[in-house]
Amino acid sequence: MAITDAPKIVTSRLGHPDSHTLERYLATGGYEGLRKALTMTPEAVAAEVDAASLLGRGGAGFPAGRKWAMLRKDPVTYLVVNGDESEPATFKDHLLVERDPHQLVEGVVIAAYALQVSQVFIFIRGEFALGLERVQGALNDAYAHGAVGADIFGSGFSVDVVVHPGAGAYICGEETALLESLEGKRGFPRIKPPFFPAAIGLYGQPTVVNNVETMSNLPWIVRNGGAAFAALGEGRSTGTRLFALAGHVNKPGVYELEMAKTTFRDLIYAPVLGGGVRHGRELKAFIPGGVSAPWFGPDQVDLPLGQDEVGAAGSMLGSGSVVVMDDHTCPVRASWRITKFFSRESCGQCTPCREGSGWLERIMERIETGSGREEDLDLLLDACDNIAPGLTWPPQQTTICVLGPSIPSSIGSAIKMFRDEFLVHVKDGGCPYA
Amino acid sequence: MTGARPSHFSPELAERARELVALYPEPRSALIPLCHLAQEQDGYLTAEAMEEVAALVGVTPAEVLGTASFYDMLHTEPVGRYVVAICTNIACMLGGALELLEHAEAHLQVGVGGTTADGLFTLEEAECLADCDRTPCVQVNHRFVGAQTPESFERLVAELRAGGRVEEIPPHGTLVRVRRTIGLAADPAAVAAERAAEAEARAAREAASGDGGGR
Repeated sequence: MAITDAPKIVTSRLGHPDSHTLERYLATGGYEGLRKALTMTPEAVAAEVDAASLLGRGGAGFPAGRKWAMLRKDPVTYLVVNGDESEPATFKDHLLVERDPHQLVEGVVIAAYALQVSQVFIFIRGEFALGLERVQGALNDAYAHGAVGADIFGSGFSVDVVVHPGAGAYICGEETALLESLEGKRGFPRIKPPFFPAAIGLYGQPTVVNNVETMSNLPWIVRNGGAAFAALGEGRSTGTRLFALAGHVNKPGVYELEMAKTTFRDLIYAPVLGGGVRHGRELKAFIPGGVSAPWFGPDQVDLPLGQDEVGAAGSMLGSGSVVVMDDHTCPVRASWRITKFFSRESCGQCTPCREGSGWLERIMERIETGSGREEDLDLLLDACDNIAPGLTWPPQQTTICVLGPSIPSSIGSAIKMFRDEFLVHVKDGGCPYA
Repeated sequence: MTGARPSHFSPELAERARELVALYPEPRSALIPLCHLAQEQDGYLTAEAMEEVAALVGVTPAEVLGTASFYDMLHTEPVGRYVVAICTNIACMLGGALELLEHAEAHLQVGVGGTTADGLFTLEEAECLADCDRTPCVQVNHRFVGAQTPESFERLVAELRAGGRVEEIPPHGTLVRVRRTIGLAADPAAVAAERAAEAEARAAREAASGDGGGR
């Protein structure tokens, strides 16, 4: 395994301080993918995305081409772009909307053309005030440039793109909750089936929802062909992907890497990437794909950054965020904070999630702060079992969306890997790291 | 519904509110953007603002409150001129955020959720703000101010008290600098006609598919 010299597909402009401007975008091949797409049939554009085998970059990793294919049978009404990035320690879409908004806009218009959609909404997390400004600014310039709006580049194809702000709710990253929010309601995930908004989406109409990073790959795919994208990576994990590295490393940041070719060890330790564990300490554990993912220990650090490889090892690549914890980290405190997050962000519709997350948070808090009992460990696992029966991976579903069954991941991992540290908290009446 | 009641919004905001409503096939979609506008004007959602938003999108004020209260960024109580959000989620926690939050509480002499006596600062404990390579991550009025230490946090507070950083940190409202300049040139009547035709086609499609398409 190694760091490959794969091309930078979505981060090629980020070295330029003016990477968000139309001038820089046009000087670096901007909107050429769209011009090329408009000379092709919509079906041919969709076929390139199919050929690229681009897996959605939002977290679930569903193939974008297949999502689109569900729609091509129906007249699509809406394309909605999910820029509500809120998965803890995931900060790649934040980078893309602020630093290369034209790339996003170009990808969106290409997708709209392939799907023959005339109305797009880009849902951007409300806390990204600058991101909202940058994407609206890019759209204003792109409209003036003829790349969005009526009769794009004289092709006869027209699409309107609206930037929509969120208002602070993790759950709106779940696509049906996002649609509810876009309809002006509370972000309550919708009951499944239907499993995809392709059947019933925005305003009850067929809708495709794609992630910001997924859209940002499209200009390159159209310019270079789906086969060139599929030639990168390995197996189902094609192309490059953004990995957001956070926690106890010397150089946290967003790194674009060829999928499945690079390992977690490369990402964490390579001098050009994470640069190793901070303060010369040892790696204790890492979370491989967002806080919904079960944790890994140092013995799993040689796994490749591939969707299927991480899945087979009992976790997930998820949102592409990797959190590193050094040997001075309290695993109880870390999983308590993650549990508190889920408790705060549960939308409250389903009992196992709403009540379970609160129970778990309070038990974790009392262990961390020194009032825990030995039997609390079994109580934690029992409550987790009520949210995700059997504590399998992937978890069993007891709730409308996957937020609830994601809650046990961190607690289950922490107890499995560091049971003795929980017991020390109980015996000593407090946190040994405090 | 708007009646003869004078608008709670300033003329400029009222114009922007009308533009926002026009962007969506269904007016209710503008509910959250309009709440952001209201906070731009008043800092939080006043009862009058919620009535105004309700009238603009065709729902009851209770539905505006019921929706707004779901979202962390929408405040139904007054907040300080600066809302200071310190993230303590996993990446920031590993970077010392809980210690920073404790320091901020002591320095500002307020607890989480509280507002300083001078009305300048409201302190929030935030969930992940997606700036995880600069920890602990802090936002002021939803502008990223970079990783903060207890010392740099005190300097930041002092600067804000002294009226500094005006360019970098504008007042409330995440849309305060978001303006759609192009694409609204279409004749409103033509847009309305097109929307009506779309709705008709949609209804015809639903009737043809036989399942009503409802949820």
